[in-house]
Amino acid sequence: MNLTGDPQAQLIIGGMLTILCAASLIGFILSKTLKGQKNQELVANLNSRTNAWWVMVIVFFFAIVLGRKGSIILFCMVSFLALREFITLTPTTRGDHRVLFWVFFILNPIQYFLLYINWLPLFLIFIPVYAYLWIPIRNAIAGDTNDFLARTAKIQWALMVCVYFVSYAPALLDVHAPGFENQGAKLLCFFVFVVQISDVLQYVFGKLFGKHKIAPNVSPNKTVEGFIGGILSAVALGSLLHWMTPFNPWQAALMALAITLMGFAGGLVMSAIKRDRGVKDYGVLIPGHGGMMDRIDSLCFAAPIFYHLTRFFFVH
Amino acid sequence: MNVIANSLQLFTGVQARWTGCAPEPTQRIYFANHTSHFDFLVLWSVLPEKLRTNTTAVGAADYWMKGSLRRWLALEVFKVALIERENVTRKNNPITQLKAVLDQGRSLIIFPEGGRSFDCKLQEFKSGIYYLAKTRTDVELVPTFLDNCNRVLPKGEFIPLPMLCSVTFGKPIKLEAQETKDAFLERARLAVEECARL
Repeated sequence: MNLTGDPQAQLIIGGMLTILCAASLIGFILSKTLKGQKNQELVANLNSRTNAWWVMVIVFFFAIVLGRKGSIILFCMVSFLALREFITLTPTTRGDHRVLFWVFFILNPIQYFLLYINWLPLFLIFIPVYAYLWIPIRNAIAGDTNDFLARTAKIQWALMVCVYFVSYAPALLDVHAPGFENQGAKLLCFFVFVVQISDVLQYVFGKLFGKHKIAPNVSPNKTVEGFIGGILSAVALGSLLHWMTPFNPWQAALMALAITLMGFAGGLVMSAIKRDRGVKDYGVLIPGHGGMMDRIDSLCFAAPIFYHLTRFFFVH
Repeated sequence: MNVIANSLQLFTGVQARWTGCAPEPTQRIYFANHTSHFDFLVLWSVLPEKLRTNTTAVGAADYWMKGSLRRWLALEVFKVALIERENVTRKNNPITQLKAVLDQGRSLIIFPEGGRSFDCKLQEFKSGIYYLAKTRTDVELVPTFLDNCNRVLPKGEFIPLPMLCSVTFGKPIKLEAQETKDAFLERARLAVEECARL
């Protein structure tokens, strides 16, 4: 993204910094005015979340401004961290050691390298076809047959969620719609903003008005009020930001709706895995948020759908 | 050394949980479960620098003296105190050797199981920790549980994987007056198991 010659790019970064300043200011005022231990704990968590957002936004924009290479490296590292949390939580055995070496140090870098060299057809099928074939082969060679199918499926799934789905986000950089050439970085910013602000707004609406639990068994913090309020306001914001995309305001709203619904579904699925494993968070990497996987669960599920919708309707 | 400790922390994303005591520079013997060669590295890397530079890990001579790379790592890089597991004579008595290290005011990292456990279950403790506790009653014995190191580098593998590990430090124990050797060893073992649940 060209920061010096592009007023839209300046607006995106300036707007983001304004939102963060406002969030920090509100957090500061709340910490001074709200009384009671429960409220104080809530505000402390809110403020550590805001501080973590500062770090994440700065890292994200730094990579985006560095250009295509910087963005791809950033998402490759995000995948690596998510994978580390996911595999740690998944009960793998000694027999999986060698195949996990492939997952961490060979398959993940190759996926992003294929994106970097722009070999799109292979990028799109590398993990679902070639990695999917190679993982059971390598595991069969290793020779441990206990729970073979379950172990193989877990590793394949980890690779799919943490690497394949996530890699669709930087692939947006190369979406060149007619009249929207070389502006993929803005499309990526639009996508990441909508998916993350939807999470934040669902959290805020849930805390303010939440009464009816939407999925008590899977994710006790998600409420109907948070879901409706968060998604509607995120869709409205997405529509207002249509100038970052090749869409008109209506189309941007529908795209934002698709992103937020898939994001919600992603949060739900990744929560179900956490409940099954009996933990609250995937890790402790990001203060207030949990692990990397807790932060990108919605992005994982939304990225491929948004990419495909955009390419299908706007690139031909 | 700081570079090594920091990169280890980055690689394993290790989390130190001081539940039973604080990271203070008192003289201690950290005794932990043993499942991987990464164990002493991970434990050593989460100690604050001031403690780390004053802590010696204890390893088996028959393992670490084999091959020049292992010997170099043990003797030159990490300055491990190597003790004899078999053929113990009066000359190479491990307890005398470790007492000498303690007498310099240094802390120790020991693995009382005496070797890596294959199935990750805590094995019976060897008696060394009892004799150390008996001769140096002033030294704190800190039960320590290392979680997930066996998945970073399982027994028999040589390439480490980036898995999230954690180190839990429990409440220090002491040898009671009149306590028998077997009772103390069992109590020490249970203390490590207790850390696993914290």
